[in-house]
Amino acid sequence: MSIRLENVAKTFGRNTALEPLVLDIAEGELVGLLGPSGSGKTTLLRIIAGLEQADSGTIRFGDRDVTRMHVRDRRIGFVFQHYALFRHMSVFDNVAFGLTALPRRTRPSSGDIRARVHRLLEMVRLEEFANRYPAQLSGGQQQRVSLARALALKPDVLLLDEPFGALDAKVRQDLRRWLRHLHDELNFTSVFVTHDQEEALELSDRVVVMSNGRIEQIDDPDTLYRQPANRFVFEFLGDVNRLEGTIRNGTLTCGDARLSVDLDDGPHELLLRPHELKLSESASNHAHLPVTVTAVSPVGAEVRVELEADWLAEPWMATVRHADFERLTIKRGQRLFVTPRRWHRFEDSAAHRSRASLIS
Amino acid sequence: MNRIASLTAASPKRVLPGFGLSLGVTLLFISLVLLLPLTSLVGQLSGLSLAEYWAIITEGRVVASYLVTIGAAAVAALFNALFGLLMAWVLVRYEFPGKRLLDALMDLPFALPTAVAGITLATLYSSNGWMGQLLAPLGFEVAYTWVGIALAMGFTSIPFVVRTVQPVLEDMPGEVDEAALTLGASDAMAFRRVILPHLWPALVTGTGLAFVRSLGEFGAVIFIAGNMPYETEITSLMIFVKLQEYDYVGASAIASVVLAVSLLLLLVLNLWQGRFIRRLHGGKG
Repeated sequence: MSIRLENVAKTFGRNTALEPLVLDIAEGELVGLLGPSGSGKTTLLRIIAGLEQADSGTIRFGDRDVTRMHVRDRRIGFVFQHYALFRHMSVFDNVAFGLTALPRRTRPSSGDIRARVHRLLEMVRLEEFANRYPAQLSGGQQQRVSLARALALKPDVLLLDEPFGALDAKVRQDLRRWLRHLHDELNFTSVFVTHDQEEALELSDRVVVMSNGRIEQIDDPDTLYRQPANRFVFEFLGDVNRLEGTIRNGTLTCGDARLSVDLDDGPHELLLRPHELKLSESASNHAHLPVTVTAVSPVGAEVRVELEADWLAEPWMATVRHADFERLTIKRGQRLFVTPRRWHRFEDSAAHRSRASLIS
Repeated sequence: MNRIASLTAASPKRVLPGFGLSLGVTLLFISLVLLLPLTSLVGQLSGLSLAEYWAIITEGRVVASYLVTIGAAAVAALFNALFGLLMAWVLVRYEFPGKRLLDALMDLPFALPTAVAGITLATLYSSNGWMGQLLAPLGFEVAYTWVGIALAMGFTSIPFVVRTVQPVLEDMPGEVDEAALTLGASDAMAFRRVILPHLWPALVTGTGLAFVRSLGEFGAVIFIAGNMPYETEITSLMIFVKLQEYDYVGASAIASVVLAVSLLLLLVLNLWQGRFIRRLHGGKG
């Protein structure tokens, strides 16, 4: 079922939670709402669910207008961050709740309910836990129960509010992959909220980036990362190094740092991603950026190196391959030169224009 | 308990200091304030033979007082269960001006001398009082009947229910009833199947405490009860009457019955609640 929001807005007292926004979600799509806390993403999800009423605008599921419809009639499944399981009921009864709550006319027989609940528990790989109580399960298991419970009524739309926020990193990774599989298999429309950019980019077909109750950009993860619409999106999606300086005759100068760029004269600010910095022992023709290594963290696929210099207001972060790391024998206190492979620049945020440049 | 015992055995040094002293002081106070009077009560009874004891506690007028007390206390407790739950719900779930004031008013029955409450209620509901005047034409008498007794009992014990249910309701995440609604439950069903089971242990405990408190209520009741033998005499009054006749042994005998019933009820409540809470915490209790 597709979801269509038109001019949906919401205020809480004097605070604007959502500015009027338009959002189209296609049938079968998995969409992530990404933003810092207070960006309105959870409010938006709760408005879609019907747990919150929008002040204005319309919400459609397919060709059904659900704007004034009560949450219980919207045919949605909702997964809460803290699971919201019924603690006094067994896992089986939790999953069966929606089915047993149906009016007598449409309620399946108890045998059918039993079969269906067992199939759902099998799907979330919790068959042998049917008789346990929620408190006897781990966080990841509880969240799977809550997913099975939300799917029991075959909802048109599955909504997840920071579903993995309360879990530890390893479990989160597993559940993420597993949710993606489940989504592809059952093909429902899902919207989930997260503040974790990695999670949003990895899991979603499209990501909606939000800040201050506004949608900043809607795109697929790849486009979003490569062509951020504005500075906010760029900064929110990853670590950023800043270089401020004055440009004269195609050269940016900042203290004793110099970088050739093809920009107009005047003060400018360039943004650089950590993986776009190359470290070497000597300066190149178009880049003279001397730095000192202040910290090295060789964990993971790449080595993270922290850099400082007189001309830098705040330290830079660079990621280098282990091979380069070994070749340069990088140590704390070592003096190196940075050569940016690429840099980004955003006009003042109101203009929403961006520019990125490759340095050959 | 085993786990705690093994823990203390393994780590003789405690992080929090002063265990010995604080426990000692606590036990001393419990002994002075609670155990000593109780022991002397039992000691009074030692002069009685079993047959004499039985005769005192099954005397017709006393048995009638048991029935009046238990009946009125049960009605008061039931009324409080409903009203107290409603009050706690309103105080936790809604925001309205004057909420803090209402919250503070809930404790008034505890703070007010019970005799004051008794006199006020008696004046209000006697046949020429404000409320009594209104109810009399309807043929409904409150003062000097068991209804009055139940009313006084209900007044003094309502905070027990409100104050036990309120924190549990506050701790209950609002998400739980939202979850029930997203699963298609009606409001009534969400309340009955999701909210009420959560509150059940607290509600039963609060009601039980209110009941036990009502069994022993004296000050608030005697002014409104009328105190007619066999009709509106409560057990506490019987004890008082015996005392006034200098029949200390008889008073102790009746008091021991009230004490035994109260203790038994509290014990049952605690056991039952312990079992229920173990289930919520995953059988590890």
